[in-house]
Amino acid sequence: MFETLILILDATLRVSTPLILAALAGLFAERSGIVDIGLEGKILGAAFAAAAAAAVFGSAWIGLLFAIIASVALALIHGFACITHRGDHIVSGVAINTIVAGLTVTLGLDWFSQGGQTPALTGDARFTSITFPFADALADVPVIGLIYSELLSGHNILVYLAFAIVPLAVWIIYKTRFGLRLRAVGENPHAVDTAGISVAFIRYRAMIICGILCGLAGAYLSTAHNAGFLKDMSAGKGYIALAALIFGKWRPVPVMFACLLFGFLDAVAVRMQGVQVPGIGEVPVQAIEVLPYVLTVLLLAGFIGKAVAPKAVGRPYVKERG
Amino acid sequence: MNNTTSPYAIELRDISKRFGAVQANKDICLQVPAGTVHGIIGENGAGKSTLMSIIYGFYEADSGDIEVGGELVNIRTSEDAIRFGIGMVHQHFMLVENFTVLENVVLGAEGGAMLKGGLDAARKELKRLEQEYNLDVDVDAVVEDLPVGLQQRVEILKALYRGAKILILDEPTGVLTPQEADHLFRILQSLKEQGVTVMIITHKLREIMASTDNVSVMRQGQMVAHRVTAETDKEELAELMVGKKVRLVVDKEEAKPTNVALSAKNLSWFDEQGVKRLKDVSLELKAGEIVGIAGVSGNGQSELLNALSGITPLSGGEIHFNGEVITAKNKKNASQMRDLKMAHVPEDRHKMGLVTGFEAYEAAILGYHNSEAYNGKILLDRKAMLDECNERMQKWDVRPADPFLKTANFSGGNQQKIVIAREVEQNPDVLLIGQPTRGVDIGAIENIHEEIVKLRDSGKAILLVSVELDEIMALSDRIIVMFDGAVVGEIDAKDADERTLGLMMANALNEEEKAGGQA
Repeated sequence: MFETLILILDATLRVSTPLILAALAGLFAERSGIVDIGLEGKILGAAFAAAAAAAVFGSAWIGLLFAIIASVALALIHGFACITHRGDHIVSGVAINTIVAGLTVTLGLDWFSQGGQTPALTGDARFTSITFPFADALADVPVIGLIYSELLSGHNILVYLAFAIVPLAVWIIYKTRFGLRLRAVGENPHAVDTAGISVAFIRYRAMIICGILCGLAGAYLSTAHNAGFLKDMSAGKGYIALAALIFGKWRPVPVMFACLLFGFLDAVAVRMQGVQVPGIGEVPVQAIEVLPYVLTVLLLAGFIGKAVAPKAVGRPYVKERG
Repeated sequence: MNNTTSPYAIELRDISKRFGAVQANKDICLQVPAGTVHGIIGENGAGKSTLMSIIYGFYEADSGDIEVGGELVNIRTSEDAIRFGIGMVHQHFMLVENFTVLENVVLGAEGGAMLKGGLDAARKELKRLEQEYNLDVDVDAVVEDLPVGLQQRVEILKALYRGAKILILDEPTGVLTPQEADHLFRILQSLKEQGVTVMIITHKLREIMASTDNVSVMRQGQMVAHRVTAETDKEELAELMVGKKVRLVVDKEEAKPTNVALSAKNLSWFDEQGVKRLKDVSLELKAGEIVGIAGVSGNGQSELLNALSGITPLSGGEIHFNGEVITAKNKKNASQMRDLKMAHVPEDRHKMGLVTGFEAYEAAILGYHNSEAYNGKILLDRKAMLDECNERMQKWDVRPADPFLKTANFSGGNQQKIVIAREVEQNPDVLLIGQPTRGVDIGAIENIHEEIVKLRDSGKAILLVSVELDEIMALSDRIIVMFDGAVVGEIDAKDADERTLGLMMANALNEEEKAGGQA
């Protein structure tokens, strides 16, 4: 039983990683006042770029670099539409999602002729697990051994990076000048403008950070969690991340826990496949897979208290007044 | 900047600014001596805020020079303004509401990439500023929990923290209680004693008299006068603000008022900030008379029109009209008031009177679009709408008489005719009419005035609100004066002249009495 729990938690970490990265990406965007429904598209685009570059160059790191470039480019397009041209954030985000969904498959077909997939990645073209020192030696120690060798050890670098970024995000947002301005610009851009700071510049920087984080999430999906790009492989993670963002009230640590909760449900769903539950029998896998979504709806419907979004989020900043 | 010895903290020369067709500022010249409190007074829309926005770098002037401390400067952004020692307290506070006072003060002046050092330094500096200028604020309080008076102090601290030597306050007492306002004036005095130059923009004469050394008057985008406050009085300032124009004459017979058409008792209304904008206003409108509301704009006239027409619900008091008693509980919205035969020509025809994207024949039925006259069984009866629109355009001489032209493309006067025709032709029992001739050319003004008088002579009651004192005097049979949300006087139009009205509008008569009573 204990071992099962550890294995579920272990899977939770792996499933939560892209959610955490994407949710933090959304956090930076929304804290600056930009609604980013295009997280999904950025993750998908980055996943494709990572897999394609990794397949061509044979290096996961080069794949990661291309993932970040692609994702930042998409983030800047969103920024250009929303910040410079004061467009509707939702429309721009949906446009990005749609374009990327089609473009990845089309380019994949053209470049690799494998039905829209990228070639299967092997060796250095993937991020592989890092085994902590003495993991094998400690594996047999009761409780601690299992936690150390199974739960903590044996993940790839991007998993550790995602969890390391959480405290980093906290530090940036609450302890630095950029963080103060970022929070201010999402609440009251007029206050920032009158203080002599460029609203647009802060928002663009936030979008670049958003792009980098989505790039990590996408690369994780195609070059670490899986071994190649699959059509629509982001599978709604961008939207779940947005839900986690609201659930976590736009604060990094609660957002991380929200992602872990969604990841946990996902891991349970996998684990429950074919398992006989006493008194119920085999639970249809669909019933469990739907849980994260049901949970999101229920939680957002009012079980988490009032989630107050940054006040200026989604509203184009127009300087001319009266 | 200190090596030049200019007696002026700031000097403006021939500043002009145009927004499309509107000349917001025209050849503005202004000299503000260092270490004084300088008032800029003018009615709403006189161009005060635009001028201050130019000084603070929000807009760039089309032409003209700005000198700060005797040095020619080029202020393109707020950052420039801050660098030249100019600070601004905006009418709507520029504060991040869920930040603490300290965070708000350092925003934009953090003094380094890390917050810690900046916040600690700011805490110390604020303590000093608070003592020096008598500005007590709890620096760790979250701004949204503070009353508006304190929020304003945070704004002042923000400016001082950035080393402002010239502080501009835009309509500073708009949201303050009288006690808070008095406190503000004391703060301004201590700022002045410490060598800060203060500029106050306002349309309230009381503030000018209470707090300034010099005052400049703006009207319709131009600087019309400069005065030493001690050598002028409210009466003169009111007259300068409103301006003397060629006397309008409207041919009309003596009014023959009959029964009471509408009576309002103790109307009150609180705005979103909880400030009382209408203070126990009572009035009666009789059939067959025109009652004018005089007052410097912003003293509750708009709020009164909104309350009477059902646009904003009452906070207290009651309106008796055509057998109904409307109170805070028994609400009637604007459409229900229309059904009771009350028509309303709003003050701002673009925002409230018209949908400028609509064609004239569509705009001509707004508010009456559910009337049987314009509706078939399911759809609107387009032919009926067009016929009526054509007919009205002939009668009211709307030019061009094209029912398919977008209302935005008519001139101001013709737009106004479309609105007034729409309301008057419904044959209402009471007509509320705000700024009937704002932005309307002379020919159209006469036309509109004639129609208003005709409506009166057909036994209707009319309430007229206008910033044009001439218009009020020419049209009204009775004049009610509003000040600070309350009715402060009533006078028969025959006995009214500019002097008396000016004094009443400044509430000088009452204050003199009060002062006399206290002495």
